[in-house]
Amino acid sequence: MIPKAFDYCRPKTLPEAISLLQQHGDAAKILSGGQSLIPMMKMRLAQPDYLIDINQIAGLEYIKEDAGYLKIGGLTREADLEASTLIRSKYPLILDTAFSIADPQVRNLATVGGNLAHGDPANDHPATMLALNAEVIATGPNGQRSIPIKEFFVSLFTTALESNEILTEIRIPIPPAKSGGAYFKLERKVGDFATVGVAAQVTLDGKGNCLQAGIGLTNVGGTPVKAVEAEDFLRGKPLDAANIKRAASLAAQDAHPSSDLRGPAEYKVSMARELCKRALTKALERANQ
Amino acid sequence: MTTKNVINITVKVNGKDHTAAVEPRLLLVHFIREVLALTGTHIGCDTTNCGACTILLDGRPVKSCTMFAVQVDGREVSTIEGVAQNGALHPLQEGFKEKHGLQCGFCTPGMIMSTYALLQKNPQPTEQDIRWGISGNLCRCTGYQNIVKAVQYAAEKLSAKKETGE
Repeated sequence: MIPKAFDYCRPKTLPEAISLLQQHGDAAKILSGGQSLIPMMKMRLAQPDYLIDINQIAGLEYIKEDAGYLKIGGLTREADLEASTLIRSKYPLILDTAFSIADPQVRNLATVGGNLAHGDPANDHPATMLALNAEVIATGPNGQRSIPIKEFFVSLFTTALESNEILTEIRIPIPPAKSGGAYFKLERKVGDFATVGVAAQVTLDGKGNCLQAGIGLTNVGGTPVKAVEAEDFLRGKPLDAANIKRAASLAAQDAHPSSDLRGPAEYKVSMARELCKRALTKALERANQ
Repeated sequence: MTTKNVINITVKVNGKDHTAAVEPRLLLVHFIREVLALTGTHIGCDTTNCGACTILLDGRPVKSCTMFAVQVDGREVSTIEGVAQNGALHPLQEGFKEKHGLQCGFCTPGMIMSTYALLQKNPQPTEQDIRWGISGNLCRCTGYQNIVKAVQYAAEKLSAKKETGE
């Protein structure tokens, strides 16, 4: 499969990339890891006239804690998350997610920023970032702005990024002590999109009750879903089996999947409920470790 | 179709520099197979699933059907043709032969490139590590069992070589 012809630009700096975006507007696409964009171009579902390859721009690949946030550079590869000692030691939800994305070869190229900016509700990081209450840093002609993740996903393949902006960083508030998270993904085989995925993050208070819960759902609607009612329900309550079950039912009510090759909608809703139960239980176990 | 820009790229492939003028939409796998005439890298699914087109880019396995040739300008690519040294099979190639790690052989170049990178990073992988390492490569013949054995064979051989300082 051969994509439509396009012009290729390889800026060395962020201002150069943004000026190219200003020049070409919607006719241009940013090439990050390319693991979603290139398949779409090959199928001609995407036909940009200009491809702006940002991979030569220095300083966009990092994973660090700074000023109260875990900061992940937009060009950070999934494989780098897997290998990061910081992620391995403190961010099990992100580690689970990185491992569940596609396959080893794809993870060597695929980027965290691209996974979000693509705006695909079937991608895995959106649910994770919704559960973690992340912020997305967009850089454009007027500098940087921060977009709360819950405002980032507008509709299918559409995000709050303007056509002259680039996703340059993801910021996650450093979780307090007694926090844990987990991502559960039901997939038919390695590399498949999720039939359903659930990301859960919990923080416990001194008494072991839920201080805060974050729940994100993958591939159950036109946009990634933040299960706000379930999150609100859990706040202040003990994370016992009954409350986890109730929260999972509330989360499943926010799932509006369509029937497709991966299964009928009813099945997917049931699986969202079950995976939410498992993800919360695992998150609790990790918070207590 | 309007003519779009043609770009000069220089890529080090199996240790040798190659310069070519390519259309930006030329896929890396087509560059390798058709421009460089290195046909050991296969095109299987052409949709980022099967891993038959796996090559190493700066030492990391990637799927060459899901990259453009222009993206590897100035970088280093290794293909199956570069694995044997001075006519001697690499222990992985030997392992696939000895342990019947292939039947039709179509997936084999990709399997070898993925496991080559795996053994570089993790010279003594567990069976699970090996299965994880080849999770982006599909084989429709072997059932994977003998591929795992082939990689175990190579890992043993490579670590024995290292011990004897060969």
